[in-house]
Amino acid sequence: MTWSFPDRQGHFGRYGGQYVPETLMATLEDLERVYLEAKQDAAFQAELDYYLHKYAGRPTPLYFAQRLTEKLSGAKIYLKREDLCHTGAHKINNTLGQVLLTRRMGKQRVIAETGAGQHGVATATAAALFGLECEIYMGTEDMQRQALNVFRMRLLGAKVTPVDAGSRTLKDAINEAMRDWVTHVDDTHYVLGSALGAHPFPMMVRDFQSVIGQEARAEILEMEGRLPDVLLACVGGGSNAIGLFYPFIEDSSVRMVGVEAGGLGIESGKHAARFAAGEPGVLHGTLSYILQDGDGQIQATHSVSAGLDYPGVGPEHTYLREIGRAAYVWVTDQEALEGFALLSAQEGIIPALECAHAVAYATKLAPEIGPHGILLINLSGRGDKDVELVAKMVEP
Amino acid sequence: MNRIDRCFEGLRATGGKALIPFITAGDPDFATTRELAWAFEGAGADLLELGVPFSDPLADGTTIQRASQRALENGATLKGVIGVVEQIRARSQIPVALMSYINPILRMGPREFAMRASDAGVDGIIIPDLPPEEAHEVQSCCAASAIYTIFLAAPTSTEARLRRIVESSRGYIYYVSVKGVTGARDALQTDLELSLSRVRRLTDKPIAVGFGISTPAQVSQVAGFVDGVIVGSAIVERIERGMGKPGMVGEVAGFISTLKQAIQ
Repeated sequence: MTWSFPDRQGHFGRYGGQYVPETLMATLEDLERVYLEAKQDAAFQAELDYYLHKYAGRPTPLYFAQRLTEKLSGAKIYLKREDLCHTGAHKINNTLGQVLLTRRMGKQRVIAETGAGQHGVATATAAALFGLECEIYMGTEDMQRQALNVFRMRLLGAKVTPVDAGSRTLKDAINEAMRDWVTHVDDTHYVLGSALGAHPFPMMVRDFQSVIGQEARAEILEMEGRLPDVLLACVGGGSNAIGLFYPFIEDSSVRMVGVEAGGLGIESGKHAARFAAGEPGVLHGTLSYILQDGDGQIQATHSVSAGLDYPGVGPEHTYLREIGRAAYVWVTDQEALEGFALLSAQEGIIPALECAHAVAYATKLAPEIGPHGILLINLSGRGDKDVELVAKMVEP
Repeated sequence: MNRIDRCFEGLRATGGKALIPFITAGDPDFATTRELAWAFEGAGADLLELGVPFSDPLADGTTIQRASQRALENGATLKGVIGVVEQIRARSQIPVALMSYINPILRMGPREFAMRASDAGVDGIIIPDLPPEEAHEVQSCCAASAIYTIFLAAPTSTEARLRRIVESSRGYIYYVSVKGVTGARDALQTDLELSLSRVRRLTDKPIAVGFGISTPAQVSQVAGFVDGVIVGSAIVERIERGMGKPGMVGEVAGFISTLKQAIQ
């Protein structure tokens, strides 16, 4: 593969990098070194493969969604079933990798942020599996809308610490996790859940998630004898999307489309569509696109989906967009809810509200691609966690 | 000559150490910041650090988080902070370093920032989320406008990193005394003097120590082996407590006097 990003300083073009307090810099250097060694270490990879296979349930199926395809009368739609992973989302791919690294570094404690709770659950799960101490930071707003996941994390033995600052969502949970990390840097690893933050996180999380795209590529070649025309995934921080896209980056015939949270619409100002309304800036250690005001203050975001409710986006996405390799669109809360209902009724699969955004965009894209095309959607998580919230919204 | 150099050279000649109070600019408003600055100079502050409020201050503890929030709610911006320095300059030549997260500076544009800050009478800039690796553009813009870039060194910094920080810093080096965020602590790191000696061996540039230093006793202890002592959260806490009460500025200035006695 000739895609050589990030460079040695962690940059994707001008994006990415390491914008963190000095206290963390030596740890990031260590983490990068340990990660790159582990990447080359066959024993480490074999152990990770073992847990992905026997514990997380990989490989996940690539499923031909026949009734959805017929309903939309357009491209053949395939779903990469990350919702079938242990813990119900793709997040476990990354947390197993990072927790194995934590052991390799000899650290005894992990911390993580969570928005929808999926990454928190996946971190708590991996920590329980290896007997590590675990603390999860979660905004109080998100704790309310994802109460079930809070209970799951506690069952798994994690301490869930409410974050009542700022907008009380994912952004503030990351601030608090970073404050914890800077204080306990010697014995604690921060299991960052998305392809963001300071180098080496965007690279490392991408690599751990790229198992999604590797499998999907082999599966579609086996089923269709050719590559898909379009890849579609929702983008919060962007870990499920980059995990799908990365193994296809050099297949120039494959279009890559990321779907952001349009909330109540761009003009309402209540959304999380960084590429529709953001500008380059630094948040949480990386230079990327962020939603900010004219004075460089980070703006509040809104999405029906806690996992997409974040003002920044992974730097590799920003670079892919800048060079024209990937495109980013958005759908509203309402459209996402329609996608949620559509997939449930057509296929018997209740998607997470996050990837319901991708399903919603597929209703526009599939007819446009046409019946001879193939559309591959990353179904990054299942919707059990969202059922109660959606019930309250549709039957108030 | 930059006011920061003049300050440390003057102190070195007499064996004195710099007392460096930090406050969040615009907390609760810029008029108060200006009054505090003048009162601090009268009370013996040698250099002033002014925090630029940011929505996501991830290197700060709860005291300064709250101060930033108050300032933002009252409309504080980087432009406004630069404006208040200009007002302070009407009556004072105390050296002023701004402490800002990188994003407001990027938003304004590093060149624009450096020119405006220089015109207003700012002497230095400290950016807690900008290590030297990412600082090239900011450094060259600041150098062109005679603004000093002050980098932070930490107990976790490796020897190679310390060398780079020491080389990149102008005016002084900001040594972070603890692993953690800003905020008052009961006790200082027991090995502070030892860990600081790693920096001292590498440079003759002034070293100031901050994070977690809050009492006259701690100031006096640290002053024995550094060139400057930075006190932030303990002052911001007093501002918070006295907010809205007459005599708040005088009371906080009284605390500065106590710290000044401790450092001498």
